Amino acid sequence: MITTKGLTKVYRSQDREVRALDDVDLHVRQGEVFGVVGTSGAGKSTLIRCVNLLERPTSGTVTVDGVDLTALSGSEQRAGRDLRAARQRIGMVFQHFNLLSSRTVQQNVELPLEITGLDRRERRRRAAELLDLVGLGDKARSYPAQLSGGQKQRVGIARALAGDPKVLLSDEATSALDPETTRSILKLLRELNQQLGLTILLITHEMDVIKSVCDSAALMRGGRVVESGQLTDLLADGHSRIARDLFPLGDLGARTATPEEGERTVLEITFQGDAPAQPFVSQLARTYQIDINILGAAVETIAGRLVGRMRVELPGSHTDNVVPIGYLRQQGLQVDVLDPSNGAAA
Amino acid sequence: MTWDQMQELMWPATWETLGMVGIAGLASLAIGLPVGLLLVLTDKDGLLQNLAVSRVLGAVVNLGRSIPFVILMVALLPVTRAVAGTTLGWQAASVPLAIGAIPFYARLVETSVREVDGGLVEALKSMGASTGTIVRKTLLPEALPSLVASATTTVIALIGYSAMAGTVGGGGLGNLAITYGYLRFETAFMWVIVAELVVIVTAIQLLGDFAARRLSHRGDYRSPLSFFRSAAAKPKDTEEDLLSSH
Repeated sequence: MITTKGLTKVYRSQDREVRALDDVDLHVRQGEVFGVVGTSGAGKSTLIRCVNLLERPTSGTVTVDGVDLTALSGSEQRAGRDLRAARQRIGMVFQHFNLLSSRTVQQNVELPLEITGLDRRERRRRAAELLDLVGLGDKARSYPAQLSGGQKQRVGIARALAGDPKVLLSDEATSALDPETTRSILKLLRELNQQLGLTILLITHEMDVIKSVCDSAALMRGGRVVESGQLTDLLADGHSRIARDLFPLGDLGARTATPEEGERTVLEITFQGDAPAQPFVSQLARTYQIDINILGAAVETIAGRLVGRMRVELPGSHTDNVVPIGYLRQQGLQVDVLDPSNGAAA
Repeated sequence: MTWDQMQELMWPATWETLGMVGIAGLASLAIGLPVGLLLVLTDKDGLLQNLAVSRVLGAVVNLGRSIPFVILMVALLPVTRAVAGTTLGWQAASVPLAIGAIPFYARLVETSVREVDGGLVEALKSMGASTGTIVRKTLLPEALPSLVASATTTVIALIGYSAMAGTVGGGGLGNLAITYGYLRFETAFMWVIVAELVVIVTAIQLLGDFAARRLSHRGDYRSPLSFFRSAAAKPKDTEEDLLSSH
């Protein structure tokens, strides 16, 4: 639905050159919620603004719903007719809502429809419908200054949906909100994604956002996408940095064994879907007569699936434990042997 | 000088002052608004970025702003004669007043429009709005309370200028205060005129504040005169109050 190829954005100021985006290839499939995560300055904001060409990329292409937007005419400040028409089919919500203070909630939602030239009666009907959809039917005549942050973002979402877009861009939509409001806004986005089949591209600096609404994710660092894919695939990959960040077990397993304990092997076991239903820890202990020390564990629902990770310690070296590890893998579990010196997957 | 005599002179002069301020005010609104808007739009990173236009316009506005009004008035005498047919009377005085106030209001408009959150412009762009739509549906409506406050400031400045115009044959209250109050030592009459000017200026300020407040839905518009009313003013509504009352 959204494809970027070789997207590069370079800012030049006098003698300095900043490469905000560096050869970014991204593919967002139809109907999915795709999250781009990264620290501030990683280029994610530039990326999302390049998708509807609020910023013109220095090179590379952006294709949304089959239309190559970069081929359409216009400068960064003034868009050509075709680009404006394309933008009308792409909704966008903002961190600071960007609602017009001079207009009521309803008039704010009607704004994109005024731009597309819908008649007054149709606009009213559609705005009322959208406000009901986001749960603000009773606030139609209020002004934005009278709403809470969460309510403002709901208006922002209703407004973004007014033109019946297939794609919604969310620029840190929950970053200015408290955790509880964040959850309710994310829930709304998820519902809209499921009910309307809306494709959502969101950027965030919070892993929790990725965890609770995204089907796929990309990690950005220094203007580059260093990792991307579907969350279920990433979680199954022991080397995935996103998966690791989604599931921080911390340094729980990084302790060094005392000499009396002898050599130990630390495993990281990741399970998805039905796997946790099996009592694999006690089975392992019984079958092989070994003492298992659980160092840490976490279970979460990610992309609608139950996912868990557990860090355990077995007596003996890696070679001593080849058979039990094989047994665990046979159970459909993903097992990574950690290098005891630094706690990272070996 | 009796009160009756004063009144006989005051009322026509009041109308003259209001007349020239009105005409000059309308002209500065009609021309200063688009000029101020253009200053923002043509500036660097503006929606209609055009640095040549921006610089020329800025220079002309600065020129107008830097010439003291008394000198501008005299310098513009040929223009005044060409436009009004005469250099005497309040109609003639309207010409230099308007020319002096246009750059003044244009700068205020520029500031007001610049204060509109850039995020709103971005939101409109993301909806596929054209530059004209962005100006009509965002920049002007969002800046409106501030534009009204600026217009109030301009009109009050014009009343001050109009007194100056009065001293060189422009008529109005300024003329009266100088010719009677100063040249004929009718000090009491001069104070009466000063009092009348205070009343007019205060009334215009209050009216302007009222309009700006009514137009602002942001809930944070504070008028310059609110200081005087704060004792009597009711406590500002908190967000909770507003939420529960709507």
